[in-house]
Amino acid sequence: MEMFLQSLISGLLVGGLYAIIGLGMSLIMGVLKIINLAHGQLMMVAMYVSWSAWNYLGIDPYLSVVLSVPFTFYLAKFLSKYLLNPLIEKDSILPENQVLMTVGIGMVLVELARFLFTSDYRSVQTSYTGQAWDLGGVSISIPLLIAFIVSLLLTAGLFYLLMKTDLGRSIRATAQDRLAASLMGVSAEKITVLTYGIGSALIAAAGTFFLPIFYLYPDVGPEFTAKAFVITILGGLGSTVGAITGGIVLALAETFGATYLSSGYRDAYGLVIFLLVLVFLPGGLKSLTKV
Amino acid sequence: MLKLENVDMSYGDLQVLWDVSFEVHEGEIVVLVGANGAGKSSIIKTISGLQKVSNGKIIFDGADVTNQKPEDILKRGLVHVPEGRRLFNEMTVEENLIMGALWGEAKEKRAETMEICYDLFPKLRDRRTQLAGTLSGGEQQMVAVARGLMAKPKLLMFDEPSLGLAPVLVQDIFDIIKSVRKQGITVLLVEQNVQATLKFCDRAYVLENGKIVMEGTGQQLLNDDHVKEAFLGI
Ligand SMILES: Nc1ncnc2c1ncn2[C@@H]1O[C@H](COP(=O)(O)OP(=O)(O)O)[C@@H](O)[C@H]1O
Ligand SMILES: [Mg+2]
Repeated sequence: MEMFLQSLISGLLVGGLYAIIGLGMSLIMGVLKIINLAHGQLMMVAMYVSWSAWNYLGIDPYLSVVLSVPFTFYLAKFLSKYLLNPLIEKDSILPENQVLMTVGIGMVLVELARFLFTSDYRSVQTSYTGQAWDLGGVSISIPLLIAFIVSLLLTAGLFYLLMKTDLGRSIRATAQDRLAASLMGVSAEKITVLTYGIGSALIAAAGTFFLPIFYLYPDVGPEFTAKAFVITILGGLGSTVGAITGGIVLALAETFGATYLSSGYRDAYGLVIFLLVLVFLPGGLKSLTKV
Repeated sequence: MLKLENVDMSYGDLQVLWDVSFEVHEGEIVVLVGANGAGKSSIIKTISGLQKVSNGKIIFDGADVTNQKPEDILKRGLVHVPEGRRLFNEMTVEENLIMGALWGEAKEKRAETMEICYDLFPKLRDRRTQLAGTLSGGEQQMVAVARGLMAKPKLLMFDEPSLGLAPVLVQDIFDIIKSVRKQGITVLLVEQNVQATLKFCDRAYVLENGKIVMEGTGQQLLNDDHVKEAFLGI
């Protein structure tokens, strides 16, 4: 029973960060209508920013979120403005070409990271890295708890932005009908660039909060791109609420699989759930929750 | 108020507007009639900046607005209610109206204009929190018109507002357009419902294969043999 509770709690805490990753992806998919195959790679960039801030400047990794998020936000805006947007404007070019462009961006980011930081595994040590709260046999990792609280705040912030502000409504409007949005005076081009930036800023935050928990190396990016993809399919394409449930379901599958089956196949459990959902619930969890 | 001078427009290599010139004066209801595929929507899209002019000029309210961006044209008070309504289906009625008033004076007066719209369409007040995609066709058209009014237009362009509506509702929509004009808003209307619109418009232009082939008052065109044959089935 304690083992069960322990897995449940760890799964939920990690699920918060997975939800953020999924939210970033579903936001980008909604507006750009493409899968962002550079998603995890942008997260990796944010992790290296935080790692460098800790390693060279001694800045606490959780504080360096104020560096990693803006850095990734502006980098992503730059990439979408100069590399992705020019492809949207050409009618003759297939949307697949944008997906290919994100693959290219991802590869360049990974190789740049390898060039700058080598392939070594990196990690940060903080006073709270190994700390945990003991609740009668079930322990709650302090870094994961902080990460979870931050991801709740970010999710709430994102929903406030999307539902209650003109900018958020313009983003949703562009996702629903680009032409109608431009008739409302919304520049689809600006919204596209901004959305790619916001989606990337979300994963940047997740990346920084993963840093005290996971190892960092250049190829961590593609792994998380795959996770982000699984989360959005699990949740149901284009659904923000689905991205949250998808993130939590994936994290729970990984944690329970690692606890009860074998921890060596951690990444495989998510894929099993993914295949089951594709076969039995093609619309994703969204088709159960209806939102 | 609005003037097109010798406008040509192409989609890629395919030219669809040829030397189009016409004028809408302040306070008028002007109608563009033409068969399916004549280029009516293309003209409206060109005026609102969604399509680029390859030759010619568009003047609005004394300023040259040729090939300006849609957002800049909108901000001048030239507003386009598109064919097929194009609502934001997964947003509420109220959010759709808010989307109409994102800029300048329209934004400042958002709450006030929204009340005016709800007075004009009391049904929408009851449905303000309902998703636009779940409304009936007639109600959706009301939202589309209200969303246009939210922008505080000087000139409102309607692209086939009666398309797909039951005959009773068509009359309602035309009444609404007349009341829009009473509020001091100039109207440019595209319609396939030729007979009904020619009766209440001030002037009309006939479009064939991307060219203006005839102009006159509504009454003149109603009595014209060519119009009778081509559009009225007489
Ligand atoms: N996006 C587009 N790309 C290419 N051709 C188009 C496009 N939109 C319309 N056309 C063509 O332009 C012509 C005029 O269309 P349109 O302006 O929609 O006519 P109407 O509104 O009078 O029915 C038609 O031949 C149509 O096939
Ligand atoms: Mg048309």
